[in-house]
Amino acid sequence: MNGVKLTLRALHHGERALERRLLAVAQRHRTEHEIHHVSRDLARWSREHAARLAEQGRHYGLDLSGPAGHLPADALAVLRERAAVAMGRRREAGLLLLHDLRSLYLSAAGNSVHWEMLAQTAQATKDTGLLALVSSCHPQTLRQVRWANTMIKNLAPQLLSGL
Amino acid sequence: METSVDRIAEPWGPRTPYGSGARWPARTDMYLRPGTGPDEVERWVPAASVLHSNGDAMDIAVARGRIVGVRGRAADRVNRGRLGPKDLFGWQANASADRLTRPLVRDGGELVETDWDTAMGRVVSRSKRLLERQGPGAIGFYTTGQLFLEEYYTLAVIARAGIGTNHLDGNTRLCTATAAEALKESFGCDGQPGSYTDFDHADVIALFGHNMAETQPVLWMRILDRLEGTDPPRLVCVDPRPTPVARRADVHLAPRSGTNVALLNALLHRIIRNGRVDHEFIEAHTVGFEELTARVRECTPAWAARICQVPAASIERAAELIGGAERLVSTVLQGVYQSHQATAAAVQVNNLHLVRGMLGRPGRGVLQMNGQPTAQNTRECGANGDLPGFRNWQNEQHVADLARVWNVTPETIPHYAPPTHAMQMFRYAEQGSLRMLWISGTNPAVSLPELARIRRILSQDRLFVVVQDLFLTETAQLADVVLPAAAWGEKTGTFTNADRTVHFSGKAVDPPGEARADLDIFLDYAARMGFRDKDGAPLVGWHDAESAFEAWQRCSAGRPCDYTGLSHQKLREGGGIQWPCNEQAPEGTERLYTEGFTWAHPDVCESYGKDLVTGASMEPAEYRSLNPGGKAVIKAAEYLPPHEDTSVEFPLQLITGRTLYHFHTRTKTGRAPQLNAAAPEVWVELSAGEAAQQDLAEGDLVEVATPRGAVRGRLRITAIRDGMVFLPFHYGYWDTAEGHRPGGDSGRAANEATITDWDPASKQPLFKTAAARIGLVERAAGTPAPAPTTTASAPAGTGGVPSTTGGPQAVALHTTEGRP
Repeated sequence: MNGVKLTLRALHHGERALERRLLAVAQRHRTEHEIHHVSRDLARWSREHAARLAEQGRHYGLDLSGPAGHLPADALAVLRERAAVAMGRRREAGLLLLHDLRSLYLSAAGNSVHWEMLAQTAQATKDTGLLALVSSCHPQTLRQVRWANTMIKNLAPQLLSGL
Repeated sequence: METSVDRIAEPWGPRTPYGSGARWPARTDMYLRPGTGPDEVERWVPAASVLHSNGDAMDIAVARGRIVGVRGRAADRVNRGRLGPKDLFGWQANASADRLTRPLVRDGGELVETDWDTAMGRVVSRSKRLLERQGPGAIGFYTTGQLFLEEYYTLAVIARAGIGTNHLDGNTRLCTATAAEALKESFGCDGQPGSYTDFDHADVIALFGHNMAETQPVLWMRILDRLEGTDPPRLVCVDPRPTPVARRADVHLAPRSGTNVALLNALLHRIIRNGRVDHEFIEAHTVGFEELTARVRECTPAWAARICQVPAASIERAAELIGGAERLVSTVLQGVYQSHQATAAAVQVNNLHLVRGMLGRPGRGVLQMNGQPTAQNTRECGANGDLPGFRNWQNEQHVADLARVWNVTPETIPHYAPPTHAMQMFRYAEQGSLRMLWISGTNPAVSLPELARIRRILSQDRLFVVVQDLFLTETAQLADVVLPAAAWGEKTGTFTNADRTVHFSGKAVDPPGEARADLDIFLDYAARMGFRDKDGAPLVGWHDAESAFEAWQRCSAGRPCDYTGLSHQKLREGGGIQWPCNEQAPEGTERLYTEGFTWAHPDVCESYGKDLVTGASMEPAEYRSLNPGGKAVIKAAEYLPPHEDTSVEFPLQLITGRTLYHFHTRTKTGRAPQLNAAAPEVWVELSAGEAAQQDLAEGDLVEVATPRGAVRGRLRITAIRDGMVFLPFHYGYWDTAEGHRPGGDSGRAANEATITDWDPASKQPLFKTAAARIGLVERAAGTPAPAPTTTASAPAGTGGVPSTTGGPQAVALHTTEGRP
C-alpha cells in the first residue's frame, strides 16, 4: 500500500498547488475576465479533490490536511489585482498570461497522470473506494487540462502576433 | 369588424379567440399619421418589423415621398396582420431631424462634416497601414442584429476573406449567442427546431426567462387568443418579475438570479423519476441520457428549492405539467441567455424536449428565441462568430468548401481558432493589439457591461473607431469616422425571424441627405480596398441587394439554412417563407428534426461542442466517438454558484432588462413620441417588502450602486421577487446634456453598474447576475416612477400611479372578420 499512499500524498499536494495557482492567476489577470472567473470555478474542483483525497487518505492511515482556507484578501492579493489593472492595458501582459496558462496546463496534466496511476492500481487491487474517487474526480482534472489548452489555442495567435 | 384601440394603453389590442389546432384568425392592424386617410396613401411597400425578433410582416404606407404609416399583412404566417406598439409607432424615428446626413471625421479632437471620399479614404488608408504593419489581427468588425442578410454576408466576406481577420462578431453576442450555442450543443447545428404554428397546437407552453408579452407582443397575442379559445394551453413561467406572462401562468416560478441550472435539473429529475420519458425516442435519436440521469439523480425539488428559493411544491407542479404534456412548446430568452450558466441552462430546456420526445411534430417544439430582428442572419451569414452557412471552423472540409464558394485558398480564411467573440475583441482593443474597430448598427457605449470601461476603450488614441449608424449615438460621439447609414424603409433587403421565416423588406423612401445603405458602404469599402479572389477577380462580385442575395444563395446551397428556393421576387410577392427552402421544399420547411437529427453527424455538424462549465472546445475525434451516428446530444451540466453573489455591502441581486415600449438603446423608440412618452426615463424596481425594509417608497429618487458604478432613477414598487433590483437597460445619454456619458458620479444607463462576465460556452455577457446596494437620494414628494403600468413594471399597490395611456395619437385601427 505504500505506493498508493505516496501517490495520494503527491496528488493531494498537486491539487492544493493547482488550487493556489488558479486563484493566483484569477487575481493576476483580473482584467482578463473569462480567465478570472473560470479560474475560480476550476479552483473549486481542486479544492474538493484535495478534501476528498484527505478523506480517502484516512483509510490508509495518512494524515493529509484538509483544504486550504480561502486565499486571504491579503496585501499580496490586493497587489496582484492592482498590478493586473495597471498592466491590463499593455500588450506585454499577454505574454505573462500565456506563461501562466502554460503552467496551469502542466500542473493539471501532472495531476491527471497521478489520477491515472491511482485508477490503474485501484482496478488491479479491486479497491472500490479508491476507484469511485478517481472516477468522480479525474474527469474534472481532464476538463481543467482542456480548458487551459483551449485558452492557449484561442489567445496565443493574437497575443503573440500583436506584440 | 373594425375596432379603434389606444395601443399604448392596450398593447396587445382586441382578442380573436381560437381553439387548439385551428388556424389563427387574421386581424389587420393599421396606424396612419393622424390626419392621413387610407385613400391618401400612394404606395404600400412590403417590409417586416425591425424592433424585435418576431418578424411581423407589414406594408409601409407612402404618401408624397414620405412614410406616413404601417399596416400588418393578414396573409403572413407570422402575425396574420397584427402589429405590436413598436411596429405601429417606431417608423416615425426615420424622419427625425437629427438623422446623420453627411459623413463625419475627427479633426482637432472634434467631429466635423465631410464628404464620402474623405471619410472612406481615412478608413481605407488606416486599414492598409495596419495590414502592412501588424497584419489582419489588428482590425476588427463589430456589427449588429439589425442590418439585412445581404449586408452581413457582404461584411463576412470582406472580414474573413478580404482582410482575413478572425475578429468579426455581432451585438447578437449580447442577445442570441446562447440560443445558437445551445442549439449547436444539442443538435450539432444552429437552426430553430420549432415553429410559431406550434403555439396553435400546444397543450402546455413553458416560458423560461422569456417575457414574451413585452419582447414579442404579437406572439403573445397568439397565446392570448389561445387562452381565450377552447382547449386553452396551460402556461409555466420562470421569471423573477411579475410579467404579463407570469400573471397568466398556471405555475409561476420566480427563482433567485443565477440558479436556472438548479431549477432545470430538478425539473429533469422529477420527469425522469416519474417515468415521464419517451424511451423509444431516446434510444432512437439521442446519446447521453445515462449521464443526464446520473447528473440529476440528487437534484430533488427540495434541493433546488433551497438554491432557487422557490417552493418545492411549485417545482413539482411545473414538472407535472411539463411531464404530462402531450404537445409541449418551450421558449427561452434573456432570463436564461444573460444569466449565470447561460448555455448550460438553455441546453437543459432542449433536454426536457429530448427526454420527452417532444420535437418535430405539431405543438412539440423548442424555440430558443432571438432578441433582435435580424440576429438569425448575423448567425447564418457568419457575422456572429461562426463561418457562413453554419460551417464548422474545426472541419477542414467545411473550410475548403467555403473557400471554393469564395474562390480563395482555404488558408485565406482564418480557422485556427473560433472566430473572436465581441467581448474578447474589446479586450484586445483594451490591451492594445486590436487597433481598428468598425462598429455598424450598434451602440456599445450603452449596451455593453461596465460602461466606464467601454468608454475608456473606445476613447483611446491608439484605437481607430469607425461608426456606421443612423444617428450620432453615444458610441458615434467617440468615433474617428462616422458614416451615415440608411434606415429600414430606405433600403432593400431580406431578413429572418426567430422561427426561420424570411421576409423581404423594401425601399419605401430615399434616405436623408448623403446617407447610404449599409450594403453600399460595405461594397464601396471592398472596391476601394481592391479585394481579389485567387484568380484576380473582385472578391465581392455583387453590386446590389438582389445580387448579394444570389451570392448568399450559392453559399447556403446544401446547408441547413438553404435559401436556394427563395428569391427577392418570391418573398416580395408571397410573404414570409421558412428556410430551408430549396428544390425539395419549395414552400419552405415548417419544422426541423421531423426525421432525426441529421445535422449532428460528425461530418456535417457545425460544432463539436464545448464544455458547458469551462467553455473548452471538444476535438473532432472526441465528438466522433461520443456521437458516431449523428444523434441529438443530451448534455448534462452541474449547477455552479454565481460568480458575483450578494454580500453585506451589496445585499441585492441586480438584473437588467427590457420594457415593451423600447428597443435596444432607444435610438429609434426614444424618437417615436408615443413610445417615448410611455417610458420616458429610467426607473428602478424593487418589491414592496424590500422597499419597506429599506424605508423607500414609490417615486423616491434612489441610487443603485455596484463596485463598477451607479445609476439613479425613481423607484417603482412591484411584485418582483424580494432581494432583487431591476433596471431597464435602454437609457443612455444622447438626449442628455452630456451626450455620451453621465454628468456626475451616477448615470442613467443600467450598464454603468453591470459586471464584465460572460458565459464560457456562448461568450454571452451576463446582465442578470450582479450584486448591488440601493440608497435614497431624494423623497418622491408625490412624483411616481416614470415606468409603464401596463407591463412587468406595473405598480404592486393601487392608487397614486396614473395608468399608462397614449391618447388620440396612439389609436390604431383593427380589422377582423365579423364574429357572432
